[in-house]
Amino acid sequence: MIEISHVNKWYGPTFQVLKDCTTSVAKGEVVVVCGPSGSGKSTLIKCVNALEPFQEGQIILDGIKVNDPKTDLPKLRARVGMVFQHFELFPHLRIIENLCLAQEKVLGRSHDEAMAKGQKLLERVGLTVHANKYPAELSGGQQQRVAIARALAMDPIAMLFDEPTSALDPEMISEVLDVMVDLAHEGMTMMVVTHEMGFASKVAHRVIFMDKGEIVEDALKTDFFGSPRSERAQKFLSKILSH
Amino acid sequence: MFDNLDFDVIRRSLPYLFLDGMSFTLMLTGLSALGGLVFGTLIALMRLSSYRLLGRIAGLYVDFMRSLPLVLVIFWFYFLVPYIGQWLTGASRPIRVGAFTSSLVTFIMFEAAYFSEIMRAGIQSISKGQPAAASALGLTYSQSMRYIVLPQAFRNMLPVLLTQTIVLFQDTSLVYVLSIPDFLGAASKVAQRDGRLVEMYLFAAAVYFAISCVASYGVRRLQARIAIVR
Repeated sequence: MIEISHVNKWYGPTFQVLKDCTTSVAKGEVVVVCGPSGSGKSTLIKCVNALEPFQEGQIILDGIKVNDPKTDLPKLRARVGMVFQHFELFPHLRIIENLCLAQEKVLGRSHDEAMAKGQKLLERVGLTVHANKYPAELSGGQQQRVAIARALAMDPIAMLFDEPTSALDPEMISEVLDVMVDLAHEGMTMMVVTHEMGFASKVAHRVIFMDKGEIVEDALKTDFFGSPRSERAQKFLSKILSH
Repeated sequence: MFDNLDFDVIRRSLPYLFLDGMSFTLMLTGLSALGGLVFGTLIALMRLSSYRLLGRIAGLYVDFMRSLPLVLVIFWFYFLVPYIGQWLTGASRPIRVGAFTSSLVTFIMFEAAYFSEIMRAGIQSISKGQPAAASALGLTYSQSMRYIVLPQAFRNMLPVLLTQTIVLFQDTSLVYVLSIPDFLGAASKVAQRDGRLVEMYLFAAAVYFAISCVASYGVRRLQARIAIVR
């Protein structure tokens, strides 16, 4: 589904953020990307739907080359859902309008169709009563669930999560993770940048560990948590699992 | 000192001052603000575009307009627009352009330079995550601007845009140099006809002051309300 091969990316002439990154995500697979901050994991996931350009290598998404100038990027992006660290709901639109806008403008669904789909997804994330509120009236956890519903409304073939719980208060993290766990169990293809190792050990098939722009480890979940091969991954794990 | 003042001249000329003069002034202000906003938003988008050349052109335009006194631009345009029209239409003689059209074009061009700077700040005040989220949903650049970025930028900047419009309302009085009967022009005509300069100019000042004051107060109220919603 997602094939990343030999991706190199620089900011400016000298600072390399991604170094020869190669990995893939198969259909129905859940892959967790972790690593210390500044390791390039968010950048990598943003390269997948071309929100970030990269200079070398290639990424193929469902058979379509992302970094081909001829690729219709808006059309491609509409097929993968993305959830951001800071939710990025549209503050001037009501919750239900947040869910309908792209359905109507991008997929060309009728307003009724979009509303029906939006209502169904709000029900799924347990926020039906908030349909007519504005994003600022909701808690962080609720906003992130809306953001997930907004992405799902486009019937994506895969979902990208960029640290979906990092900006949340601890008591709100689980309500978001629950939604994500359900998604994973339904067989959604997911690439998730997160520090939530509990989530990773519960639903991930594979774990990718990045450090300083490199993919240091790309292993099955059991192997990664059981015995990480690299010293850097061992150190990272011992640090975040010690509390 | 006030013995030989005749304030009745104001009462007698009220219909002319307001029905002709003020309605002209308000129409010019409204249309210029609207046109300036549309044109100014385009310039702001050009300035922020990733095509360097577009940004340069827009930047030059803004700097140029802001470096000239408005009166000069008004004059200039009044005498130039007929020739530009001739050139554009290929007519054999300079086309006739009414004073209203000419001053409207001038104010739209001039205000666009100021509105564009306000809209630019407004667009830049929107976090990068918003257009990113719009793109991630498959919206094109123009859709993302139209549905996500510009509505928010416009809301954030509404008080500043309105304040600039109040300034514009006062600035429209400069068209009186073209002998157009806007509010000030009408007052000045009456003043000279009846030899009542002091009365008429005092009254004109009072009217501009009252309208601008009330409008400014309205903007402040609006600003407070917007601050609560956010």
